[in-house]
Amino acid sequence: MKLSRRLFIRDGVATVTLGLAAPAFLAEIAQAQSIPGRRLVVVYLAGGNDALNTLVPYQDASYYSRRPTIAIPAGQVLQVGTDAAGRALGLHPRLTGLRSIFDQGRLALVQRTGYANSSRSHFEGGDIWGTANPQNSTGSGWLGRYLDTLPRPVDALAAWNTTDETPRALKSAITGVPAIANAATYNFSSPNQGAAAQQERNTAEVMASNLAPGRPHLALLNGANLGAIETLDRVAQARTYTPTVAYPNNGFALALRTVAGAIVKGIGSKVYWVSTGGYDTHAQQGANGGGAYANLMGTLGDGLGAFYTDIRNQGLSNDTTVIVFSEFSRRISENGSGGTDHGAAGVMMVLGGSVRGGLHGTAPSLAPGNPTLENSSGDVHYETDFRSVYATLLDNWLGVNSVSVLNGDFRAGAPAIF
Amino acid sequence: MSQLDPAIDHLLRRAGFGASAADVETYRDMSPAAAVAHLVDYAGRPDDVDERIGRPDHVQVSTNNLFAPDIDIDDARQRWMFRMVHSRRPLQEKMAMFWHNHFATAYSKLANDSGTRQGAKLLAAKPGVLRGPMGQIELFREYGMGSYRDLLFRFSQHAATVIWLDGQFNTKTKPQENFGREIMELFSVGVGYYTEPDVYAAARVFSGWNLRESEGYSDNDMNAYKEFVYNADQHETTEKTFSFPIYSDGSKTIPSRSASAGMQDGIDLITALAFHPETARRLARKFWNFFVSEIVPPDPDFVTATANVYLQSGTRIGPVVYSVLNSPWFNDPSVVYARYSWPAEFVVRSIKEVGWQNLSVDKARAPMSNMGQALYEPPNVAGWPLGANWFSTSTMLARSNFAATLASSQKGFLAAQLHPEASSPQALMAAMLDRITPAPFDSLPQQALLNYLVAGGAWSGDESQVSTRAAGLARLLVASSEYQLV
Repeated sequence: MKLSRRLFIRDGVATVTLGLAAPAFLAEIAQAQSIPGRRLVVVYLAGGNDALNTLVPYQDASYYSRRPTIAIPAGQVLQVGTDAAGRALGLHPRLTGLRSIFDQGRLALVQRTGYANSSRSHFEGGDIWGTANPQNSTGSGWLGRYLDTLPRPVDALAAWNTTDETPRALKSAITGVPAIANAATYNFSSPNQGAAAQQERNTAEVMASNLAPGRPHLALLNGANLGAIETLDRVAQARTYTPTVAYPNNGFALALRTVAGAIVKGIGSKVYWVSTGGYDTHAQQGANGGGAYANLMGTLGDGLGAFYTDIRNQGLSNDTTVIVFSEFSRRISENGSGGTDHGAAGVMMVLGGSVRGGLHGTAPSLAPGNPTLENSSGDVHYETDFRSVYATLLDNWLGVNSVSVLNGDFRAGAPAIF
Repeated sequence: MSQLDPAIDHLLRRAGFGASAADVETYRDMSPAAAVAHLVDYAGRPDDVDERIGRPDHVQVSTNNLFAPDIDIDDARQRWMFRMVHSRRPLQEKMAMFWHNHFATAYSKLANDSGTRQGAKLLAAKPGVLRGPMGQIELFREYGMGSYRDLLFRFSQHAATVIWLDGQFNTKTKPQENFGREIMELFSVGVGYYTEPDVYAAARVFSGWNLRESEGYSDNDMNAYKEFVYNADQHETTEKTFSFPIYSDGSKTIPSRSASAGMQDGIDLITALAFHPETARRLARKFWNFFVSEIVPPDPDFVTATANVYLQSGTRIGPVVYSVLNSPWFNDPSVVYARYSWPAEFVVRSIKEVGWQNLSVDKARAPMSNMGQALYEPPNVAGWPLGANWFSTSTMLARSNFAATLASSQKGFLAAQLHPEASSPQALMAAMLDRITPAPFDSLPQQALLNYLVAGGAWSGDESQVSTRAAGLARLLVASSEYQLV
């Protein structure tokens, strides 16, 4: 059996780390040998994440006076130091997985990201973050336009969406993105066995290869059918992956595990899309650092923690960057139902082996009248345009010209995350 | 089926779920106009469908215990699927689905709040079976062709809606914006026709629109229930001003009222929103997409005409639907097969066309979730992402694999039905296309299908060959891109 040195080392690290913490020097050796080609994993927190309870300004008296029941007690936060404005910050106590990455210097917290006149609608807000265009949020997505820059013919798995629906960000003019929510059920079944079953698959492939001139809606469906059939075998390969860590048993972690499998098996996708929901916390977020919001944070932190460790054990973290975003943050003051209504600027997170971790940007001051606020001091005003974060991801990570992908120059004010 | 007038085939795909062999008998001798009347005036058709659950000549349901569709969400899903397959009032089920998407409310949040039994009951309980209000879906069946103002009002005061949009927390000191926002963004005028201050005002309008529990309430008691209550103590009584007219004299301000009379605030706002011209236009566009085409954008003349019917009929939906289905736009050749089927439409039509012998609708439940449409579980308050958004590689594969499950379950039935007609591959194909009705094939897929029939060897027409190839052909037809269009 022929084994490339690269594969040998990668598998060697995996073996070593099954039962032990990853010896750092082995991971370093593996990094140097890792598969070329960078990738971006996008994590969408659906519903509008309450950034002030994710990254807590625990010395701001107004934080506690405006959130009498849902504030995270100062004694519970996972302290991450003070930002450039001298404001002390701490992660939600259930984000231990992220805190660990922060301590390794590989988690960037980009505070107060957003845009002017922030939409408070989930759907319009989601589309604005997806298109990177607050003026007209109906067109193609920023990642879709990135994919359209790839040389043709583009690989059927150039991007991998782990949700059922193609998000706005991945909508593209010329690049189909397969949705592979569950690799385990991603197969082609038949009422027959053996040769007849194989003939059905072949026939379905021929039928779907019809370009359907003059019938664009049919062509679109054929694209989905063909995309499925053409990716079946490689997805089957990805699902044979055995991770180096135990992932939590929930949909978000399992999606990340699928992504890790695809990365380690060398599928070559450049963009992965993962989503986790429940963030529309209008009611009963929970008190004293517990309750519904704490469960969301636990899912997020534990899932990303497992993923990052797994990828690092495999020696692939230097080529993997994860971003986490939501369509908006929430009101500063809690409402009558122990929750928070739709707000404005929030926190983006960027993590990976090549990321310059730390606190980027400055926290708001939550005292009414402070200029870091808007909407009669009801919401947090943005400091960093979210498109500048996209710009640095495009320019400095994916290696394409952000100006053409974003239809404008948003480099000014970008956080130094690489 | 191709045995029907193509205009009626088209009508049944849009205003129903396609045609079974029995439906062909019902509609064979009708004119298209008579068929529209037959579908729309469904009050005259028997509502006996639930009584037929369990009959051996109908599609089956599966359950581990007693079939309990009023308190068990999986059973409720099966009952709805059964109704879509067998109701003599298919448009009633179609409209229930339209409103379920328009007024999207998800079981998971209700169950999280009130337990699984109450969650199912809030959405799916039939009136008169258990104590308490009817389930939300029954509102849509009962009032879905009546006035939209009335439907919006009943929806706003349904316990499922209150829990879903956090209305029970809307109090005078802490107005809760969730419902106030969505009633304007999603249930009436849409983004662009209201302002942020309107959201705050609407939250105050609906303060006190809360919940109460039946005496001795417990989540597990199937006869316990939650219901809407107007809680005067929690109503904020100052005047509320909007950016659009609330009253016919053009006034934009809901006056200050006593707390005991304060429920009128909400009634006034609901009435204003239901009669708002942008609500009329937004619903007209939704009806265009639901009944006419998702490929051709809404014709402005259609939108104007339909919005006028809506406003002139006092927001009644029945006349609107009747007008849409009789309109020249609906019957234009360019809109035939110009919609993307929803998963429920796809599954039900395929069962009606392929067959349901010894098939349980439960076989479709998990696949529908993989196709992106678990009934009673829309992804969010905006409903399902429609049109081309139903389709990704993953969801297409789920449709494709349901086609395999269905064909596999009907393998013996299809062989028995089609063996006499399978003298040649072409004859088998023709007989199959009498049952299964995809959009027309171009020559490439047409030829591929014929090649498939003889891929295992020259045509003999023997039982084993027909059994294998008929099932495989049914699978390929139902999974084809052409079949996803309706």
